[in-house]
Amino acid sequence: MIATARAILRKDLTIEVRRRESVPAMVLFTVTVFVLFHFGLDRDTVEGDIATGVIWVTLLLAALLGINRLYVAERDQGGFVGMRLAPIDLTALWLAKAVALFVYLVALEIVALPAFDLLLLGPGLDGALPELLPILLLANLGVAAVGALVAALAIETRARELIVALLLLPLLVPVILAAAQATEPLLTGGQSPDDLAQWLGFLALYDVVFVLVSVAVFDFLLDE
Amino acid sequence: MIALEAVERRFGERVALRDVSVHVEKGQTLVVFGPNGAGKTTLLRVLAGLLRPHSGAATVLNASLPRESWKLRGKVGYVAHEPLLYRDLTPRENLRFHARLHRVAEPRIDAVLHAVGMTDRADDELTELSRGMVQRVAAARAVLHDPALLLLDEPWAGLDPAAIEMLEPVIGSASGKTRVVVTHDVAGGLSEADVTLGLRDGAGVAVGDEVAVRELYG
Repeated sequence: MIATARAILRKDLTIEVRRRESVPAMVLFTVTVFVLFHFGLDRDTVEGDIATGVIWVTLLLAALLGINRLYVAERDQGGFVGMRLAPIDLTALWLAKAVALFVYLVALEIVALPAFDLLLLGPGLDGALPELLPILLLANLGVAAVGALVAALAIETRARELIVALLLLPLLVPVILAAAQATEPLLTGGQSPDDLAQWLGFLALYDVVFVLVSVAVFDFLLDE
Repeated sequence: MIALEAVERRFGERVALRDVSVHVEKGQTLVVFGPNGAGKTTLLRVLAGLLRPHSGAATVLNASLPRESWKLRGKVGYVAHEPLLYRDLTPRENLRFHARLHRVAEPRIDAVLHAVGMTDRADDELTELSRGMVQRVAAARAVLHDPALLLLDEPWAGLDPAAIEMLEPVIGSASGKTRVVVTHDVAGGLSEADVTLGLRDGAGVAVGDEVAVRELYG
């Protein structure tokens, strides 16, 4: 399964590097939202709970753009048919899409965090980065696992974007809640959260549960 | 090789295939005729294990459908209406991707590209190729893993006579493979058929009867 997932991932990343359809859209959306917040909030800097809300909600909505496009080539260009004809475990497709989405989110955050720091954040990110990184990685993992699952559920429906948003956003509430709780003290003058380990543990548990659920059900999802 | 008995397939209330029965032995070619919407593509997708038959008995390559459709994976080559290729990859990249899915060795890619006359254009993006060239790459993809059964949905559409001649040993009767060919070309189809099936509104109306096929569709 790993070799198959690697082949699908390589194909997806090749197409993304060549066409630049997902990551640039996610980055552009994110920076635009930061600019809108900058003027919409009518203040030069934010911190604490407002900063936490702005960064996580913006990243989540940007992720939706990538999630909505995850399986478009498979549906429009016959990838699903080609894979269902091949002697593979179709869970490899979910794994490849989840890893691709994880890579897209990391690429997004490499640009989005400095942009957020520059455009909105009061305290600055430098001191918070060592503790912010594991929060981001675990949250990305959860978004990637659930996003790759929900996008496959919705891809054959007519209102794909709406279905993804309606299904995904409620499922990701625990991720956003935990990530925001863990992040908020870091964006309040670089204070270290007392319960960081607890929230990281919560995020890790969420990730494990949804990875297991996805592995268990994905093959059935693609069955006719 | 293929044995269908009273197979039925529905999409909601609409019956796409009903009471279709046909037998094809190893190495034979079944040619399926019928107007648009008659159920030809649905039949191919049932035979490929992509769609479940809702009633009747269907056995393909010793796999009883739909229960054992997983057994067909890797044994069927399918040339569909769409090429089943990624537009943003080159022919070689597309074939390399499918080769990895089917665990086919790299030299086989060059061999099938050569067989369909696409070696020189193997590294151009698919969007730069003509429809006929894409169809040749689709044929290469279908035979890449040396399948036991070829399912061909109007495989000669968009091809010039030279390309048809080139593809004859790849997906034509000269390939020696068991084939199911969907076509609107009655004369051409009958010339390569060992078994014929005419479909109308999903029903098999002229099984094995060339005269009836000519009367209905000629």
